[in-house]
Amino acid sequence: MRQARYDAVVIGGGAAGMAAAIELNRRGHSVAILEREETLGGILMQCIHNGFGLIEFNEELSGPEFAQRLETQVRSRGISAFLCTTVLDIREEGGTRAVYCVSPAEGVSRIEAGAVLLAMGCRERNRGNIRIPGTRPAGVYTAGLAQRLVNIEGYIPGKDVVIVGSGDIGLIMARRMTWAGCKVHAVIEILPYPSGLTRNIVQCLEDFGIPLYLSHLVTDIVGEDRVEGVEVTPIEQGALMHDKAFRILCDTVLLSVGLVPENELSRAAGIDINPATNGPVVDSMLMTSMPGVFACGNVLHVHDLVDYVVEEARRAGAAASEWLAGYRPEAEIRVKAGANIRYVLPGRLNPARENRLYMRPLIVRNDCRLELKVDGKVVRSIRKAHVQPSEMLSMVVTQADLAQAGRDSVVEIALA
Amino acid sequence: MERYDVAIVGAGVCGANIARRLSQYELDTALLEKEIDVSLGTSKANSGIVHGGFHDNIRTLKARLELRGALMFDRLHEELDFPFERCGILVAAFHEDEMRAIEQLYLQGVENGVIGIEMCSRERMLELEPKLNPDVVGGLHAPSGGILEPYRFVFSLVESARKNGVQVKTEFEVAAARRDGDWWIITATDGRELAARYVVNSAGLHADTVSAAFGGERFTIRPRKGEYYLLDRTTKAKPSKVIFPVPTEVSKGILVIPTVEGTVLLGPTASPARDKQDFATTRDQLEHILHSARTMIPSISENDVITSFAGLRAAYGDDFYIALSREAPAFVQVAGIQSPGLTASPAIGEYVKDLLKEAGLKLIEKRTWDPYVHKVPRARDADPYQLDALVREEAAYGDIVCRCERVSEAEIVKAIRAGHTTLDGIKYYTRAQMGRCQGGFCTYKIIRILMRETGMRYDEITKRGGKSRILEGEL
Amino acid sequence: MSERGVADELKSSPDVRRMICITCPLGCHLEVSVHDDTFLVSGNRCQRGEAYAREEVLNPRRTVTATCAAVLPDGRHPGPSDGIPRRVPVRTSQPFPRERIQELLDLLHTMEIQLPVKSGDMVVENALGTGIDVICTRSLDASGR
Repeated sequence: MRQARYDAVVIGGGAAGMAAAIELNRRGHSVAILEREETLGGILMQCIHNGFGLIEFNEELSGPEFAQRLETQVRSRGISAFLCTTVLDIREEGGTRAVYCVSPAEGVSRIEAGAVLLAMGCRERNRGNIRIPGTRPAGVYTAGLAQRLVNIEGYIPGKDVVIVGSGDIGLIMARRMTWAGCKVHAVIEILPYPSGLTRNIVQCLEDFGIPLYLSHLVTDIVGEDRVEGVEVTPIEQGALMHDKAFRILCDTVLLSVGLVPENELSRAAGIDINPATNGPVVDSMLMTSMPGVFACGNVLHVHDLVDYVVEEARRAGAAASEWLAGYRPEAEIRVKAGANIRYVLPGRLNPARENRLYMRPLIVRNDCRLELKVDGKVVRSIRKAHVQPSEMLSMVVTQADLAQAGRDSVVEIALA
Repeated sequence: MERYDVAIVGAGVCGANIARRLSQYELDTALLEKEIDVSLGTSKANSGIVHGGFHDNIRTLKARLELRGALMFDRLHEELDFPFERCGILVAAFHEDEMRAIEQLYLQGVENGVIGIEMCSRERMLELEPKLNPDVVGGLHAPSGGILEPYRFVFSLVESARKNGVQVKTEFEVAAARRDGDWWIITATDGRELAARYVVNSAGLHADTVSAAFGGERFTIRPRKGEYYLLDRTTKAKPSKVIFPVPTEVSKGILVIPTVEGTVLLGPTASPARDKQDFATTRDQLEHILHSARTMIPSISENDVITSFAGLRAAYGDDFYIALSREAPAFVQVAGIQSPGLTASPAIGEYVKDLLKEAGLKLIEKRTWDPYVHKVPRARDADPYQLDALVREEAAYGDIVCRCERVSEAEIVKAIRAGHTTLDGIKYYTRAQMGRCQGGFCTYKIIRILMRETGMRYDEITKRGGKSRILEGEL
Repeated sequence: MSERGVADELKSSPDVRRMICITCPLGCHLEVSVHDDTFLVSGNRCQRGEAYAREEVLNPRRTVTATCAAVLPDGRHPGPSDGIPRRVPVRTSQPFPRERIQELLDLLHTMEIQLPVKSGDMVVENALGTGIDVICTRSLDASGR
């Protein structure tokens, strides 16, 4: 078995992994990226649509262009990137961390790492997760799989399409399939409001006259060998209106029903997982419950913009660097999700530092205030013209904000 | 025209066991399957259990075959390299009056000669399975019961049969049969013909139409549907033994099954199917499964569900119908094989062999018969050192195609070379696409490997043959 | 006349168009009416809404992203054993007139891109005479990297 050692090993070579590795390298550490695919870039490589990079590069780029910007830095800095390399295990061995991985070229390697950065991204929820009944014909795919098939493999999974869920990938795929010459008959959303960005509703559905059925549920998939149609049932006051159900004929069902952080490696390593995010529990340094193991990007929580992923990954890289240099926060203060907030991340603040928090609202509302409270007292309040669950919020919490907070203070973020 | 001593119609678990049993003798045997791969009918969608031998009375044929079959699995496991484990079975009672039924099962098990069967108190039940609902009042423990991967079992049986000379013909759907002297001439829907001296009807759901085609007894298979939920291997609700409720008149109830590959299966329901293609799952039945399963293991969560599916039992009468036909010459009926059909299947193979002998088939043992199949190493079973050695021998073991179930490219290629050229065939052989992402990440890779290995075009790739095409066009 | 009044009046007019402003996450529901040379926008909470509506009505544009067929240096199309994407992603250098998008897609779907190619390479110059270029958005050498 091959042996190696790096200051830091980054698991995953997508946007998060590359950004974290660049930051660690910039700070003088030896870094290796382990990537299971044949290329760096992760899911960005199949996101050929534009809209990436407005914050990070002040330009509107396609996914592959965004990835290329990061990859160019990875290459020019001479960061080791091992492709076609699947991580098998993360272990604590002899006071250090060991990452076991396998590739066709090298066999199994054991790589010792001062710090490990988890950047494995997320996966799509599928038919089983949302329990759509019916037959099991060919023609039911997650939107991301369809995106891969169309954009990179160059194949069209089906001609008459119904999209389940109004998440952004589904909306983007509605336009993509239409532009590829297919007919998208409908987008079906269980919630009373769309899950994706308004911009995508306008440019991916309205431009093509694709109907969006809000408060509707796909209650049956029909077809023996290949999908022949779906049954759609309206929801009124929380109840399925079976007598108002209707059928849409189609040969393909694409599912865009949410993303789940891909934490199987973390779980196997015994790292604590936060049930609200499905990502690891992290401290103010984005460090998980396993010392020296950090998390960033969609493996930590699902982000709406890759620009935020990169920003977070850079912070994780910086934190790992400081940790390697021996820095430990003296006392951390817990911060929790208050009214109308689903989660706050990270869940701990360092009162000696400036902290950036990300949070996801539970509500759709105009004109509200995002508040930081210490022991019930509002210490910071930011006006928000509009909030909705599909758009992540962020707040910087300074040393001054926490001046009155003690170790046992209740610090929370709420929307009022 | 190809001529065979025996033609077996239907390559499910019965047909496969019969074929392998006959491959021990100097015979020309054909195994005919209407689907594109073997084990795509009832044999792929069932509970995957080696039963405990206490559910049925020994006076029935099915109980006798079950008891005999159950004993044969250890050797088969050794020879055929399919996942199998005797994890034990518990029947859990939640009311005092159910304990009378438990006692009946216990006495029946004792009469049937089941080894190690025991009546359990509440404490004993909770000791054997701490995840049980603490409201349990007692139950039954059958330590010899077990779990296996049913399709892998069939694949291995067929591979072994093929290795020993059996001809397997897929997409061979029997359309008609006629007598020509001492021969049966069998015509397929696509026009292919072959001749056989003896025919075994192990066509499962379609045994009634096959019987009619040969002028055999008239009967009707009434499919009964069983729906299932599959839970991710990360579920905290995985028991260490198969958990049964107290059975009713019509069924053994909804079980909680720790599958041999680490996931958890809940089911089956039991409801009449609309027809023999009715594999649809329904909201009501699936809710019923979750509810019933939770009464036994309360920690079961719908968040752990990764897929649902339905299988059809080939129901006919109360007992198995395995006999020489009185209407059609040289024709053996193997019909109505419901639970415990999988457990009984090795014994069914032996029983049918004896029936054929009785009907005049000459059985001369084959000296060259090799009971073993080639063992395919699995990346998922290897520790880092073993995997390293595998990759050094064959680099494709280092390319993990299915991340959820840790399946390497080498295993996918072996599945394809063993004749599994559909996405479902590859799934059942390797488990790729069977995990938590259900093929979201690996489907395109498998398509690529399939095209590379077979030269198939994109529009020839199917989920399970027929019109189940995956890709409808290219850019 | 109040803003609501204008909107109500225009509802009956065939020249009214409704749209959602996508300039910011607020997503104002706009109603736009065009009478000869007057241009009335209602429902917007800021000036950007009006500009957006004007652009959407008079000159709607979209960035077009698509793929073109990849061709290996030996003239073959990549097959399943090459490990090279069959398609190369491309986009318009600027937002493209919406009514001509189908025409552009028809053109792009017939095009082939010779590998190797670099992100930013010109695929179509001055597409359909619009003055807008189509560029490649992924670098691929002939080994697929």
